[in-house]
Amino acid sequence: MAQHDDGVATPGGDPVPEAQNTAAGSAIQKAVPYEVSPGTAVVRTDNIPNPGFPPHRERQTDLDPKKDKRAERQVTSLFYLSIVGSVFAVAAYIAFPIIPGDMGSVRLNTLLLGLGITLGLLGIGIGAVHWAKQLMRGDELVESRHGTRGSDTTRARAVEIFTLGNQESGFGRRSLIRNSLIGALVLTPIPAVALFRDLAPAEDPVPLLQHTMWKKGTRLTRDPSGTPIKAEDVTIGSAFHVIPEGLNDEEDRLEEKAKAAVLLMRLKPEDLNVSAGKETWNYDGIVAYSKICTHVGCPVALYEQQTHHLLCPCHQSQFDMKHEAKVIFGPAKRPLPQLPITVDSEGYLVARSDFHEPVGPSFWEREL
Amino acid sequence: MAKPTKSPVDARKARKAKTGRRSPLASIALIAIGLVSTGGAYALFTTTASADTTAAHSQLVDDGSKLFAANCATCHGLNLQGTTAGPSLLGVGAASVEFQVATGRMPLAQSGPQAEEKPAQFTTEQIKALYTYVAARAPGPGIPDSSLLQGDGDASAGAELFRINCAMCHNVAGAGGALTEGKFAPALKGVSAQHIYEAMLTGPQNMPVFNNNNISPEDKANIITYLKYLDDTPSVGGLDLGNLGPVSEGLFIWIFGLGAIVAITVWLTAKSN
Repeated sequence: MAQHDDGVATPGGDPVPEAQNTAAGSAIQKAVPYEVSPGTAVVRTDNIPNPGFPPHRERQTDLDPKKDKRAERQVTSLFYLSIVGSVFAVAAYIAFPIIPGDMGSVRLNTLLLGLGITLGLLGIGIGAVHWAKQLMRGDELVESRHGTRGSDTTRARAVEIFTLGNQESGFGRRSLIRNSLIGALVLTPIPAVALFRDLAPAEDPVPLLQHTMWKKGTRLTRDPSGTPIKAEDVTIGSAFHVIPEGLNDEEDRLEEKAKAAVLLMRLKPEDLNVSAGKETWNYDGIVAYSKICTHVGCPVALYEQQTHHLLCPCHQSQFDMKHEAKVIFGPAKRPLPQLPITVDSEGYLVARSDFHEPVGPSFWEREL
Repeated sequence: MAKPTKSPVDARKARKAKTGRRSPLASIALIAIGLVSTGGAYALFTTTASADTTAAHSQLVDDGSKLFAANCATCHGLNLQGTTAGPSLLGVGAASVEFQVATGRMPLAQSGPQAEEKPAQFTTEQIKALYTYVAARAPGPGIPDSSLLQGDGDASAGAELFRINCAMCHNVAGAGGALTEGKFAPALKGVSAQHIYEAMLTGPQNMPVFNNNNISPEDKANIITYLKYLDDTPSVGGLDLGNLGPVSEGLFIWIFGLGAIVAITVWLTAKSN
């Protein structure tokens, strides 16, 4: 094998015209060891010598014409495989159409189409890489960077073009036009600023986050039908998913639901540990709590009717419904807000008021 | 003057009483006869049948009582009153007993976070005897009518209710999910319509109760329809990886997706031999 430390030697049998090596800006040199340019850094006398490239190793395809032929065939077959894949994709798309209403046909159609296209793309990609690795020139090269500075004549010509342009347009001379143009350009993005500014909430979001749809006398209704719930409907162990009455008629019902969603449960009254001041918030063991987790606002509704634990599926915060939704595990910091409830004259469950604190996760300017 | 005018009226009255008008007692007597005869005939024809039903019922209750005493009373008490080891079964109803015993959850194999499904220990007849006995002791939710279990309801209405009421524990595709302290909501694939209905109605173990005032029987049938649709329809997105969401999908893409990228990168940069 030829040594590569002299930078000129050409590896065995690989003819490279010398002219190619000397072309300005695109010089390809044969395996020149890396040299530190003096003046860019302190040259240490005890420098570890640059070992250069490892000796060039011939590939199997370089040595054995049979292997070479075989690699050629492999690359060709990969490209043919790509053709087959592309044709197959079209044929499968026609032969296995999507039948409306039959989800199985969607699956078959997508699967075969995807397989065909994958084959089409991967055949080209793998074939090209295989070709490059096995059959294209395999010796190591160094390509030096070319300088970025143009030649003096190019630079002079560029200056000339600019000067001529200035003269012809009068850009430097007619300062009124120039300045008005600059003013016009500066102001063009202003409409965009006005438009995008309106993407921000129109109202101050803090009061919006602090209050929900619930108010005194709002009936608790079933999600999604919106039918009111009688206290007698909520048997021990029941869990109702609740929305405020009239939510379905709201224009922004999803936004309102995201704040006002409530989980209603009935426990045995003796199981509840009610703190002072909240004695009237439950109705005969029926309690209503916000369904929005105080951690990051996932709907927390995995209620276990025997342990009275409420689990948030996102980050495993657990709330103990026997102790006013106290956090017993997980990243949530505050208990779920309780909705004070009672019954109206017709026996339907109604809210006594809105939540007494903002629902959901902490946010800026939240007092609690 | 009075006599001639009066006599035709009397005559008319007398004629009417004799020919056109029956005594009020006559119709009462007729009704009484009719009732007695039809009632008697009915009693005559049906005595044997109802006697059989009652006998069969009391036989079932009797069998159930024995099975209960032998297999359940240790924990639930001889009078279904419950002990420290098991809850009272008074008022749980036939639906609850059928669900627990037919899915093998009861009798409990071992104590643990929750009773797990296993092959049923009793025959269908024995299960029937058990739930008949428990239902006879105190009324409770009964076995659902088979018309609600056909899975011919509105699947999209059922899907909406499922997403609101069930999906947080059982997963939107019914694949089940974890709860606290080792408990879990089981997968719903392949669960019989009757057991799904009974579970909603009675709230077994830690599952909340969804009584008929919360989710009406028709809506329960819709939910069953949706679950049947999930069972019958293949996953459109291809391999569903257990429908467990980010856990299985993430694991798959981290191992196989990134693995493939690493393998291709190694192959791309390796010197060929």
